[in-house]
Amino acid sequence: MAPILSIKGVRKAYDGGFEALKGVSLDIEEGEILALLGPNGAGKTTLISTICGITMPTAGTVTVAGHDIIHDYRAARSLIGLVPQEIALEPFEKVINTVRFSRGLFGKGRKDAAVEDILKRLSLWDKRDSQIRALSGGMKRRVLIAKALAHDPKVLFLDEPTAGVDVELRKDMWEIVGQLREAGVTTILTTHYIEEAEAIADRIAVISDGEILLVEGKDKLMARMGQKQLVVQLAAPLDTVPEALGQYDLTIGEDGQSLIYSYDTKSERTGITRLLQDVAKAGLQLSDVETRQSSLEDIFVSLVHKGEDAA
Amino acid sequence: MNWSAIRAIYVFEMARFFRTIAQSLISPVLSTSLYFVVFGAAIGSRIQEVEGVSYGAFIVPGLVMLTVMTQGISNASFGIYFPKFIGTIYELLSAPVNFLEIVMGYVGAAATKAMFIGIIILITSFFFVDIDIQHPLAMIAFLVLTCVSFALFGFIIGIWAGNFEQLQLVPLLIITPLVFLGGSFYSISMLPPVWQTISMFNPVVYLISGFRWSFFGLADVPIVTSLLAIAAFTALCLGAIWWIFKTGWRIRQ
Repeated sequence: MAPILSIKGVRKAYDGGFEALKGVSLDIEEGEILALLGPNGAGKTTLISTICGITMPTAGTVTVAGHDIIHDYRAARSLIGLVPQEIALEPFEKVINTVRFSRGLFGKGRKDAAVEDILKRLSLWDKRDSQIRALSGGMKRRVLIAKALAHDPKVLFLDEPTAGVDVELRKDMWEIVGQLREAGVTTILTTHYIEEAEAIADRIAVISDGEILLVEGKDKLMARMGQKQLVVQLAAPLDTVPEALGQYDLTIGEDGQSLIYSYDTKSERTGITRLLQDVAKAGLQLSDVETRQSSLEDIFVSLVHKGEDAA
Repeated sequence: MNWSAIRAIYVFEMARFFRTIAQSLISPVLSTSLYFVVFGAAIGSRIQEVEGVSYGAFIVPGLVMLTVMTQGISNASFGIYFPKFIGTIYELLSAPVNFLEIVMGYVGAAATKAMFIGIIILITSFFFVDIDIQHPLAMIAFLVLTCVSFALFGFIIGIWAGNFEQLQLVPLLIITPLVFLGGSFYSISMLPPVWQTISMFNPVVYLISGFRWSFFGLADVPIVTSLLAIAAFTALCLGAIWWIFKTGWRIRQ
């Protein structure tokens, strides 16, 4: 099946020469939730802004359901909804009117039932006649989502949807994204909360310094995260792994005084008990034992650092 | 054409006007009344008539023009500057609309507001002086064209402005002097010959002259020249806006 969003070699250079995107290519399948993960200034918002038409790309192409975002911008943009990072709303307008405005702007005729449905889905119906300025920050974020959904987009961009919001609202947002997926909406969200990507994404793309460093299914990444390390601290340093322990894939730690054993926490037998027995049999004296788990955050940080080193 | 978008922008902008309808109307009505008191009564008592028309009636077209020009500019410039200022412009830029649709929505609303106020001023003036409009259709046409062209110009100012000071700068430093020196309160023929020649470089002269002709059949310049001037000004503004959206100047990175 053709991807609903196809990004090919997108570059964005600003007048001052700064290159915010350095040839980004990415395909996004219909109905999936992709988390675009990256540190501040990585190019996440620039990429979204380019796809949505707010920023013009210097090079490359983007198609939405086969429609080019420049040559066939009407069809492409009609399929996209954008929730920006900053809360940008007309403060004196009523909630319902601002959602109606968005629907009309994206070419859909006035349909009160559709607007009512969106407002109800986002728990905004009771606030429909309130002025935006009277709403809490969380409610304003909901209004932004309602506006983005007003024209029934097929692809939704959420730019840092939970930046600066409390835990409860963050979970509400995740629930909303889940509901949208059930409705067949493809969602691309940018975040620097790894927890958020873990909670809702199907795939994770890591972007740093204007380049995509990794695109992988969340489950595969989680499997990598499932790898744990047992670190056996020894009383005396070692030069090589003793032959008696050859059956284990052990490495000697940087300090030369520890043995590192990687194992899968999900497997039936981790082999830890036998290893510790064999270590004792080999005559090695233990001073301490600890376990470490690599997190998505570790993977993310190491990827970003690798990217920086390569640059 | 994305008619839904044009309608949405227009309705949204008009809602802003109706939210503050009292301020929108009281201010121009009050200032017009003051103009009648100062120019009509105080100065009018000394001038009596200009080319056969009572001075009080003579200044009405100028007053209406003065108001619709400044209102057209301020409404349109604020209309597009405010979304830039509060950040809601993102929605406009990411919507399936072209420059013409955006302009029709914003400028249409700004011109409607200006025309609405212009008509209120005209109605107010009926309480002060007797006016007989000789060419009502031409009067409406001039009114609409002036509202639209100055709203277009205001739209450009709104896109250009980087802050609220700049938003006020062009109307204050350029438009107000041009309007006051454009024959709002006098006939160009009353000026010394040198100033008459200089006035011919002021585009506002052509608009006020044409508008005044529709009232009294009196004009400082031929009516066709007035129409050409306003058409040229409108075309110039439209061309500038087309270029702005094509290049993304000041709105799109």
